[in-house]
Amino acid sequence: MVLKAFFPTCCASADSGLLVGRWVPEQSSAVVLAVVHFPFIPIQVKELLAQVQQASQVGVTVLGTWCHRRQEPEESLGHFLEGLGAIFSHKPWFQLCRERGSKSWSCKATHWQGPTSHAASGEDQVMLIFYDQRKVLLSQLHPPAVLPDRQAGDTTASAGGLAAVFDTVARSEALFQSDRFDEGPVRLSHWQSEGVEASILVELAKWAAGPVCLLLACLLSLVSAASACRVFKLWPLSFIWSKLSTCEQLRHRLEQLTLIFSTRKAKNPAQLMRKANMLVSVLLDVALGLMLLSWLHRKDLIGQLADALIPVADHVAKELQHLLQWLMGAPAGLKMNRALDQVLGRFFLYHIHLWISYIHLMSPFIERILWHVGLSACLGLTVALSILSDIIALLTFHIYCFYVYGARLYCLKIHGLSSLWRLFRGKKWNVLRQRVDSCSYDLDQLFIGTLLFTILVFLLPTTALYYLVFTLLRLLVVTVQGLIHLLVDLINSLPLYSLGLRLCRPYRLAAGVKFRVLEHETGRPLRLLMQINPLPYSRVVHTYRLPTCGCHPKHSWGSLCRKLFFGELIYPWRQRGDKQD
Amino acid sequence: MEDEQSFSDIYGGRLALQRRCYSPSCLEFCLSCPRITLRSLTAVTCTVWLAAYGLFTLCENSMILSAAIFITLLGLLGYLHFVKIDHETLLIIDSLGIQMTSSYASGKESTTFIEMGEVKDVVINEAIYMQKVIYYLCILLKDPVEPHGISQVVPLFQGGRRQDHLCIQQKVSLGDGGILASSGRQK
Repeated sequence: MVLKAFFPTCCASADSGLLVGRWVPEQSSAVVLAVVHFPFIPIQVKELLAQVQQASQVGVTVLGTWCHRRQEPEESLGHFLEGLGAIFSHKPWFQLCRERGSKSWSCKATHWQGPTSHAASGEDQVMLIFYDQRKVLLSQLHPPAVLPDRQAGDTTASAGGLAAVFDTVARSEALFQSDRFDEGPVRLSHWQSEGVEASILVELAKWAAGPVCLLLACLLSLVSAASACRVFKLWPLSFIWSKLSTCEQLRHRLEQLTLIFSTRKAKNPAQLMRKANMLVSVLLDVALGLMLLSWLHRKDLIGQLADALIPVADHVAKELQHLLQWLMGAPAGLKMNRALDQVLGRFFLYHIHLWISYIHLMSPFIERILWHVGLSACLGLTVALSILSDIIALLTFHIYCFYVYGARLYCLKIHGLSSLWRLFRGKKWNVLRQRVDSCSYDLDQLFIGTLLFTILVFLLPTTALYYLVFTLLRLLVVTVQGLIHLLVDLINSLPLYSLGLRLCRPYRLAAGVKFRVLEHETGRPLRLLMQINPLPYSRVVHTYRLPTCGCHPKHSWGSLCRKLFFGELIYPWRQRGDKQD
Repeated sequence: MEDEQSFSDIYGGRLALQRRCYSPSCLEFCLSCPRITLRSLTAVTCTVWLAAYGLFTLCENSMILSAAIFITLLGLLGYLHFVKIDHETLLIIDSLGIQMTSSYASGKESTTFIEMGEVKDVVINEAIYMQKVIYYLCILLKDPVEPHGISQVVPLFQGGRRQDHLCIQQKVSLGDGGILASSGRQK
């Protein structure tokens, strides 16, 4: 296999010295991490490498020599460099050489057999691959198919070839701590040798984060304890809480905030990204909510809304009454059964009358309620949207009731019809065997059964029409609520921090690498430049999506149509933890 | 060492395959696809604008004409940036991996690199397209779970989508067979 030497671009202009790094025998590649400059004492170099090895669990050794001269190295220097190979024995021993100010590099890798057998030492082909040390240190590889039982943190560097290079550089932070302004015994050249990078704001934020996190964690635990107390578990309240999407959203946000401000440090980069994404999402939410609040207050929209609410509810009720009058007549030219029609129509009309009276009872308090609800927008835009969805649900409660009545009636009728149809044919449903069996009925059973069957068949159009109308209305309301939930889910789950990172620092999220062949001269080793290939945006969103409440419709279109046909009630927005009907 | 040959795809467009050998362990194949012609560009633009003018005479709304101009411009930009591939490059580096780069007409480059440890084999696949059988090169990737299984089939040179590789497969397989065989021996 061709030997590969990964060389950092920051050391390309460094003075002559020793190459320090890690040798990966499975890939036949040497990852150069730093250059140790002359003069040095070999014992001190070995001590430093042992310290780094202990701190970082990476097998850092001296790999070879680096020569950066104005002209070809003199003979004595050549022997000196080869003599170093005897002190720091390493197989293979690399000798990289570059003429100052030119692009011609030369590289030799020898297998040192010993001072007495020069003739037996062999030379191998070497390929030089340049890499940007800072970018490789900070970036995180996202392999295309990660096995579910493998974590990124605890693989040793026997993972795939390039992952080994990234892993080596990332773990060797201990080597990069000293810069050339330090007074240490060994002078190193690496990406931080011009001075350690730091930012005052970041350091201050890190220092302040400890106490702030502690304080907020205490506050949040108090709030969670208060919300988990026994009063809220009593039946009417717990039922209402489970039905309102606002409570679900508030609970979700509380969980997220508890996770962000917990005093435990993130165990791996994925958790850190998740925390950062959650924080940015919460901040954006609150910012959008405050913008909405200021817009509402500036135009005094709350007062206008409160004034408009009662007339709108009245208008909806009047439209429903017209609809029922139309159904009680001859809707779309169909002839309904007069008696059943009148009964159902009057029943529903009475409901609407009750509803209008209830709304008029509430009218003096509407503006106060709306004002307080508007204040909740400072908890976030998602909370405001959830409250809007809940208000829509409450205002269209009568439509929901009508839908339930119509659906139950229709469902009973369909079940009755199917059972009597089986009787008509002389069959029966066997509950034990869960199948249809033949059965011999008495004459009077057959007579009554057929009579009832006929009655139900002729009453079917009326019931079906009422069911159809109210189901369509209910589906309309559900669609509107669904769109609002979709928007809330979008704000909840979009990983904005990751997207911003991909936009501004694309090397941090790496899908892989790409190589570019640099100028090549015959007789010289092949030189490649390794660059980071950033992750595409679709994969960033897919990998770092935040988990949402999970309020997605559980039915496929087929099962939805089946339920509608048989009159079973549909609950498209089942909240998490609800009991099944 | 450079080498150039020209072929034609199944629609008669001109393809050019260029082969460069940087060193015994590094080989590059560059396939350039047929360029966008002035004739097709003029035809599409004229069709869109004639349709817009027809609608304008029906509706008497000048927004239709501005909308047609916007659509043409955005469509052309989108086509050049996302669809039209100018040339594709295959770089094979011994014991490191295989890199495929697609350069679009707007200058965008999209690169995929497959490590040599993941490559099982390079094969020629047959596919039925309309009434004929076309051949295309593809790379078989190893399955990490099952040692003899194949996890993915990656087709090469997909830019033109309807290129028949029968005429160029010989050149590529002769060139890269050496490198892949030598890496295979080391595994």
